[in-house]
Amino acid sequence: MPYSIVAMGTSWGGLSAMMKLLGGLPADFPIPIVVVQHRSKDSDRLLVQLLQDATPLHVCEVEDKDLLLAGSVHVAPANYHLLVEQGYLSLTTEEPVRYSRPSIDVMFSSAADTYRSETIGVVLTGANEDGSSGLAYIVKRGGRALIQDPKTAEIPIMPDAAVKAVPTAEVLPLDQLAPRLLELSRGAAKADRRTAV
Amino acid sequence: MAVPITEAPATGAEPDPLALKPDLERIEIELLLEGIFRHYGFDFRAYAYASIRRRLWKRIDEEGLTSMSALQQRVLHEPAMMEKLLLDLSINVTAMFRDPSFYVTFREHVVPLLRTYPFIRIWHAGCSTGEEVYSMAMLLREEGLYDRSRIYATDINEVVLQRAKAGIFPLDRMQEYTDNYMRAGGKRSFSEYYTAKYGGALFDHSLTKNVVFSQHNLVTDRSFSEFNVVLCRNVLIYFDKTLQSKVHSLFYDSLAMFGVLVLGSKETLRFMSHEECYQQIAPPEKIFRKVR
Ligand SMILES: C[S@@+](CC[C@H](N)C(=O)[O-])C[C@H]1O[C@@H](n2cnc3c(N)ncnc32)[C@H](O)[C@@H]1O
Repeated sequence: MPYSIVAMGTSWGGLSAMMKLLGGLPADFPIPIVVVQHRSKDSDRLLVQLLQDATPLHVCEVEDKDLLLAGSVHVAPANYHLLVEQGYLSLTTEEPVRYSRPSIDVMFSSAADTYRSETIGVVLTGANEDGSSGLAYIVKRGGRALIQDPKTAEIPIMPDAAVKAVPTAEVLPLDQLAPRLLELSRGAAKADRRTAV
Repeated sequence: MAVPITEAPATGAEPDPLALKPDLERIEIELLLEGIFRHYGFDFRAYAYASIRRRLWKRIDEEGLTSMSALQQRVLHEPAMMEKLLLDLSINVTAMFRDPSFYVTFREHVVPLLRTYPFIRIWHAGCSTGEEVYSMAMLLREEGLYDRSRIYATDINEVVLQRAKAGIFPLDRMQEYTDNYMRAGGKRSFSEYYTAKYGGALFDHSLTKNVVFSQHNLVTDRSFSEFNVVLCRNVLIYFDKTLQSKVHSLFYDSLAMFGVLVLGSKETLRFMSHEECYQQIAPPEKIFRKVR
């Protein structure tokens, strides 16, 4: 089954978790990755820089209508919601959802609406419950859900809530998420080749 | 390169019912937007899809409806419903001195240019409830430029323009605005500009002495004057790329040579046909000067 997007959400503890996860992926990882991490309004540049230092993938902060690119990690800017469109990303300044802007739920559900069963949702460590209803929606639309094992999370609240909302999700320790994504992407490559033949 | 989207699955692949189903919802949304355009003249057909879709569903939920076609029925037959929807679709979230670093850069790099003009014309396109306009008026006054400035503040939405004219903003946001004001390089005390009245913060009416508020639709209306500065922040994000490009032609035509175009902090001119007509002043701020 081919995948077109990896949608990832995290808050507290997310920086070190993402550094580890993204650090485990190769530069030619074939699926675009979109990240929402809750944080303060003015911390954009630092976050992107720290992630970039940790991974061979290209990390960039999203600007409106950026194209989704394989090999890239698209990080939502502070203070905007991020919406996934067919092949690109849009920003909006709508009200915060459950106190969050960007909201993981908003990004996840737009990814699921656009890419449906080609969506992989990933929920990592975090101190609130954002992301769990979005993850459930991804699964409802036929996509796949991965959750960081709450036992390996700096703060388990976010992954715990996600496990409760999506009991069928794959729950994996942090260090096994990158290998699993790689496996799923290889499945994607295989499927692509099959289509090409 | 964008990753290719749903291809027809090859024989032997697992059939995926959701992917195979034609996107009926998209058809319904396109029909609804077409109907709104033909019946009411508001053209949302080239707005960014994911956002429009979210807003339409919000209205459907709030009305206790269950489908796009039910909403279409209501909107096309009830002008009051259209009014509500217009409010939903024009996302009016705004703030005074939003992105304070922009105002610092504007003072430093644009104000000196403006000083060389005997008369300054400014257009705020998509001004919403006017917070950005009052912010600019304060800045111009503090720089001694207000009296030779004329500000045109426009929006598609008549309701927000009325609020902008009234100049009463929520008291509970004054702390945030005071903070923004100071970080934006404000030269006075922010509280000098308003008094607590009518359950809100009533702003000094002399700030709008040289302001004209008026309805203008960026999609269907034309250029109406020539400006030294055009500000359009966080409006084009709601448009698809083709429409953005069209509106950029309008801005280009509305700017005097060496005039200044201001976009929102996460907006860009990349891939727009007018990209090479502008020079970015002091990146990363999205302040561009028309040079050809
Ligand atoms: C998010 S607000 C931006 C307010 C302000 N410029 C800021 O950055 O804080 C977007 C505004 O664009 C307006 N708008 C949307 N479509 C428009 C159109 N076609 N023509 C004019 N204004 C439009 C909306 O009514 C809304 O007030």
